[in-house]
Amino acid sequence: MQEHDMSWVRTEMVLAQPAPASVTGLGAWVRKNLIASTGDTILTIVGIALVAMILPQIINWAFINAVWTGPDRTVCATVAQGGIQPDGWTGACWAFVNAKFGQFMLGRYPIEERWRPILVAILFVALLVPMLMPKVPRKGLNAVLLFFVLPIVAFVLLVGGMFGLPHVETSLWGGLLVTLSLSFVGIAVSLPLGIVLALGRRSKMPIIKTLCVVFIETVRGIPLITVLFFASVMLPLFLPEGVSFDKFLRALIGVSLFAAAYMAEVVRGGLQAIPKGQYEGADSLGLGYWQKMYFIVMPQALKLVIPGIVNTFIGMFKDTSLVIIISMFDLLGIVKQNFSDANWATAQTARSGLIFAAFVFWLFCFGMSRYSMYTERRLDTGHKR
Amino acid sequence: MASQDVLREEPSRGSFINDPKIRGIFFQVLVVVLLVAGVWWIAHNVIDNLTRLRIASGFGFLKGRAGFDISESAIAYSSDSTYGRAILVGLLNTVIVAIVGIITATIIGFVIGIGRLSKNWLIRKICTVYVEVFRNIPPLLVIFFWYSGVLAVLPAPRDSINLPFGSFLNQRGFYFPRAVWGDGSWLIFVALLVGIAMAWFVARKARQRQMATGQQFPVFWTSAALIVGLPLLAYALSGFPLSFDYPKQSTFNLTGGFQVRPEFLSLYLALSCYTAAFIAEIVRAGIRGVSAGQTEAAGALGLRSGSILRLVVVPQAMRIVIPPLTSQYLNLTKNSSLAIAIGYPDLTATAGTVLNQTGQAVEGVVIMMVIYLAISLLTSLVMNWFNAKMALVER
Repeated sequence: MQEHDMSWVRTEMVLAQPAPASVTGLGAWVRKNLIASTGDTILTIVGIALVAMILPQIINWAFINAVWTGPDRTVCATVAQGGIQPDGWTGACWAFVNAKFGQFMLGRYPIEERWRPILVAILFVALLVPMLMPKVPRKGLNAVLLFFVLPIVAFVLLVGGMFGLPHVETSLWGGLLVTLSLSFVGIAVSLPLGIVLALGRRSKMPIIKTLCVVFIETVRGIPLITVLFFASVMLPLFLPEGVSFDKFLRALIGVSLFAAAYMAEVVRGGLQAIPKGQYEGADSLGLGYWQKMYFIVMPQALKLVIPGIVNTFIGMFKDTSLVIIISMFDLLGIVKQNFSDANWATAQTARSGLIFAAFVFWLFCFGMSRYSMYTERRLDTGHKR
Repeated sequence: MASQDVLREEPSRGSFINDPKIRGIFFQVLVVVLLVAGVWWIAHNVIDNLTRLRIASGFGFLKGRAGFDISESAIAYSSDSTYGRAILVGLLNTVIVAIVGIITATIIGFVIGIGRLSKNWLIRKICTVYVEVFRNIPPLLVIFFWYSGVLAVLPAPRDSINLPFGSFLNQRGFYFPRAVWGDGSWLIFVALLVGIAMAWFVARKARQRQMATGQQFPVFWTSAALIVGLPLLAYALSGFPLSFDYPKQSTFNLTGGFQVRPEFLSLYLALSCYTAAFIAEIVRAGIRGVSAGQTEAAGALGLRSGSILRLVVVPQAMRIVIPPLTSQYLNLTKNSSLAIAIGYPDLTATAGTVLNQTGQAVEGVVIMMVIYLAISLLTSLVMNWFNAKMALVER
């Protein structure tokens, strides 16, 4: 009986087969992500129904039926309301936003002086963009220009009253100009102040520690409106007779102090996360307190809490809308004020204006949060365990 | 040991300017002096200003007649009531909107947060869009949107929108039937309380029995029967004392029923929607914080997916979730002060009106601050207690 030769070895590999059709392609994706089980299928159907119900309405309202330009309310009102649109029409009134765009951006800033805030905005963008791009060199010079020179230039340009520029009252400021200048100053003041407060709270000196704790916990326990009330009603009482200062400045102080208390808690979280060995290592090198903080502790602590810091910035950016309560007109305030303009009063005005404002706020906040995610990834040195 | 002691006792050799102890004392004394001087200066100015404006300081003004009306009040109030009572009405309104808002925001937040972790792509995306939209716009804008963008453009009372159960929705708010409790309805409440107590007792006994013998008892159905059945029985026995006062349409308005005003409605909806986005993120982080090994181990023990969630994942996730959830609840309470922008009479609004009428700025702001601080403290206390109860018990 002849035996088979069993020592056969395959010399050529079988060619790799493509993945089976059931795990690739659109069909497989749908099976996996939309109809994996009965429950999943029901959820998908409910979701599709929800989207199909809402999305066409939104698109219809915001784009297809929307009115983009027009001189006054007639373009956004139905015939029954005294306009030109057919009865039963609903659509966004972007014509309102279009007509009031200048006001929404700059408030009641005098028309012939509007080149000044626009110039400040251009300078701001020109300094901010290279600051945000990690590859652009000369960060130190850039930071000095952005945080020290620009505020002075902006102050001279916006307020005026010197170098032949006419004086513009801050009560005439409004719109995005107020929102951005409040938040810029708030950010620039609250971060250093918050760091100081956080260091004070972790200080070994009992009196300084107590003062910081009392300040932080009090401010965090009350709403911003109360702080603004405090700034607008009580600050004038605190000053001698005849001395008073600008309402804008008072709002600035209120917002900055409020944000500083929250910032202090965020920074404290970072400080607590730094291992004791880092402090001791710095001490053993003979560094003084401020050197230790500046060179060793803070760079690590701040890096850890970037998300928290940016969240506080976003929160403060949103909170600037509250200055409407002490009758200042930021972006939201000026939009709301324009609802009462008889020239534009229609059923769609409020909705359109508010959605425009929401979009602007959303752009800034979403941008900030995305940038913070990017920075976090970039600074991640892989020391996390 | 000995050499260390010697080192410690040895006096500092450097100049005393560089001694951290002396420096510390010097800076603290400096701060105290500056603070005292500042406070003295401010107090001096305040007294000066108050005497110039002829405002008597002190809290005596709280007994004066308020003279203004409040549109919504949980307790009896008229313009003849005192300032103190007006502030109390505001405080109650704040508490009401905060509690209702917290409950709704928690429910929406948990649903959205769990939805963001769903395996279903569509549900995940819908929930992400919700969170990203609401987290990035100011709460005040959301309030205005509900108030002027949605509720103000609803139809006039004449053509109200009919909703189920005899309720109506129009420009002036949401109307629903008011329950009218007749004679003997106290029996229903007693039955409800008894039902809850018995359900608790049954749950305890069932747990003890399961611990001892491993036998299970249908706790959920028994409790449901007790809590729903007993009041129903009492309702039937006491001769059906409950009736409803339905809102009725008249020419210009709706009469009867219970009216929820648009101010409250928009504040409540806005705060719930806004805070829910943050709660959703907290819930998501909490559930993701429980390692997958826990779920797999529970599965290996033979638990069903419902039991895995209830007994293994949720208790651990709650530990991560509760502290940030507390601060969101506090945020919601503080954000309810935005009510002033649409005229819902909450604490800030009524205290603000009192402050404007009497000119008692210092006292008014102090009252506001103290009450908000007290609310914050109380909420943190309750949540800390809950947190301690849920915290990991080291064995």
